[in-house]
Amino acid sequence: MMFDPDEVRKDFPILKRKINNCPLIYFDNAATTQKPMQVINAIKDFYENHNANVHRAVYTLSQEASELYEQAHEEVSKFINAKGIEETIFVRGTTEAINLVAYSWGLHNLKEDDEVVVSLMEHHSNIVPWELISRMRGFKIRYVKVDKDGRLNYGSLEELVSKKTRMVCLSHVSNVTGVINDVKKVAKLAHEYGALMLVDGAQSVPHMPVDVKDLDMDFLAFSGHKMLGPTGIGVLYGKSDVLNRMEPFHGGGAMIKDVSFSNKTKRCSITWNVLPWKFEAGTPNVDGAVGLMEAVKYLGRLGMQNVKKHEEKLTSYALPRLKECSEKVEIYGPMDPSAKCGMIPFNVTGLSSHDVALFLDSYGIMVRSGFHCAQPLHEILDLNSSARVSFYVYNTMKEIDRFVEVVKEIGRF
Amino acid sequence: MATVDDYIARIEGTCGKEKDVIVTFKYEKRDEAVKRIMEKSKLKKSLAGIIFELEFKKYSFRLYSSGKIVLRGLENKEELTRLLSGLLL
Repeated sequence: MMFDPDEVRKDFPILKRKINNCPLIYFDNAATTQKPMQVINAIKDFYENHNANVHRAVYTLSQEASELYEQAHEEVSKFINAKGIEETIFVRGTTEAINLVAYSWGLHNLKEDDEVVVSLMEHHSNIVPWELISRMRGFKIRYVKVDKDGRLNYGSLEELVSKKTRMVCLSHVSNVTGVINDVKKVAKLAHEYGALMLVDGAQSVPHMPVDVKDLDMDFLAFSGHKMLGPTGIGVLYGKSDVLNRMEPFHGGGAMIKDVSFSNKTKRCSITWNVLPWKFEAGTPNVDGAVGLMEAVKYLGRLGMQNVKKHEEKLTSYALPRLKECSEKVEIYGPMDPSAKCGMIPFNVTGLSSHDVALFLDSYGIMVRSGFHCAQPLHEILDLNSSARVSFYVYNTMKEIDRFVEVVKEIGRF
Repeated sequence: MATVDDYIARIEGTCGKEKDVIVTFKYEKRDEAVKRIMEKSKLKKSLAGIIFELEFKKYSFRLYSSGKIVLRGLENKEELTRLLSGLLL
C-alpha cells in the first residue's frame, strides 16, 4: 500500500516555512533531508531526560544513555539486515566510514603490486581517500568507465577486476544521476577474485530496501542526515570477520579493553575492545544516534518499498514534464525511472546551474547546483556543472508542477 | 565611509575549472545594493523582475533581486574586491 505524502508532510515542521514569500519546496534531498518531529523530539527528550556519557559509569542516567546508544545500533543493524551490532559501527557520516576502511584496512593491507578498483561515477569521498592511501602505499587505482548516459560500464569493470584487485569501491546509487548499480553482481565478481567490496550507500539506504546479507558486500557506508536523521552520525557496516582482522581507526577511550604499562619494555600494551566499540573511540555522538534510531523507526513504519515506489512515481511524473517544458532544458542520466532513484540532473541552455538554482530559490524552490562532489562524472558527461532535483518521502506531484512551471519561465530568459 | 564589507554577508566560490563566485548581500542592505548595481551597470536583459543580466566595464554578470550576484572569470580576490567596490561604492 502506498503511503500518503500529504500525511507525511504534517510531521515536518520546516515544510510550513515560506521562502521569498513562497511555500518552501525542498528538492535537495540527496544533499540532506528534513527532519520529522519524531526525530526532533527524540533528541530533545534525550537532553531533557537521559543525557550522560555512555559506557563509563554505573549510575542510572549513564545506564539509560548507554541503553539508548546500544538500542540505536540494534535498530540500524535490523534496518540493513546485518548480523548484529558487532557489524554496525557509528561514525560521523559516509565520508568518515570510507576513510575508516581506507586507513584501517587499506593502510595495513595494500602493497605496491595491489590494485583498488573505483568507478568514475563516485562521489569525491569514495575517490580521495583511496588516492591518499595510494600515495602512501604505492598501489594502483584502476578507474571503471561510465557510459555517456551515466550508467556504469560493466564491461570496463570486468576488464579491470583481476587477481591483483584487493578492493572494489562502488556507489549503490549515483549521487548525480541516481543510477542504481548492480552491487550484488559486482560483489560476486570481486569475491571471485578474492577482493573485498565497499559500497557507498549514501544515496541508496535512505531510498530503497538494502539487505547487506543478500547483496553480500563487505562494507556499506551511509549517513544519518540523508535519511531523516541528524547530521554528524553515520554508519559503517562491515562483515564481522573482516572487521575483526582490521586495525582500529582512532585510538582513545572506549575502543580498548586494556591498557597496561610494562616496566620491562617501558611501553603500554593494549588490547582492543570487542566490535563495534573497537572502532568507536572517545565519547560518541549519543544524541545523533538517538535521532538516527528514531529516523530508522520512522522509515520502517513507512516501509522502504513504499518509499522507493513513491520516489519512482515522482521521478516518472517529473522526467517527461521537465523535458517538455522548454527546449532549453537538457536532462542527464537515464530517462527510465526504474533504473534510478529519485534525482534528476539538468541544465538550462545559456544559464549556469547556479543561475538556475538562484532563480528557483526566488520562488522558494531549493535545488542543488554545481558538481555535487562528483567532478570526474561531470567531465564524462561533458558538463561544467549541473542543477539537480532530488525527491524524498514528503515531496508531492503538486510541488513538481510548480517546479516545472518555474523552469519553463527560466527557459524564456 | 562605507566599505564593500558593509554590504556583503557571504562570498561563496564554486569548485571546478570555471569558478563562479556567488556574493550574497546582507539582508538589510540588499535593496540598496541591488539599486546601486542597477544604476551603475548596463541592463542587457531581465526576467520577471528576478534575474538581471548586466554589464559593468569589461564584466558581464547576473544580479538577482533576492540579493545575490553571480560573477565569473575573476582572477583573484583583489579583482573581485575591485569589481564590487566599483559596483557598490
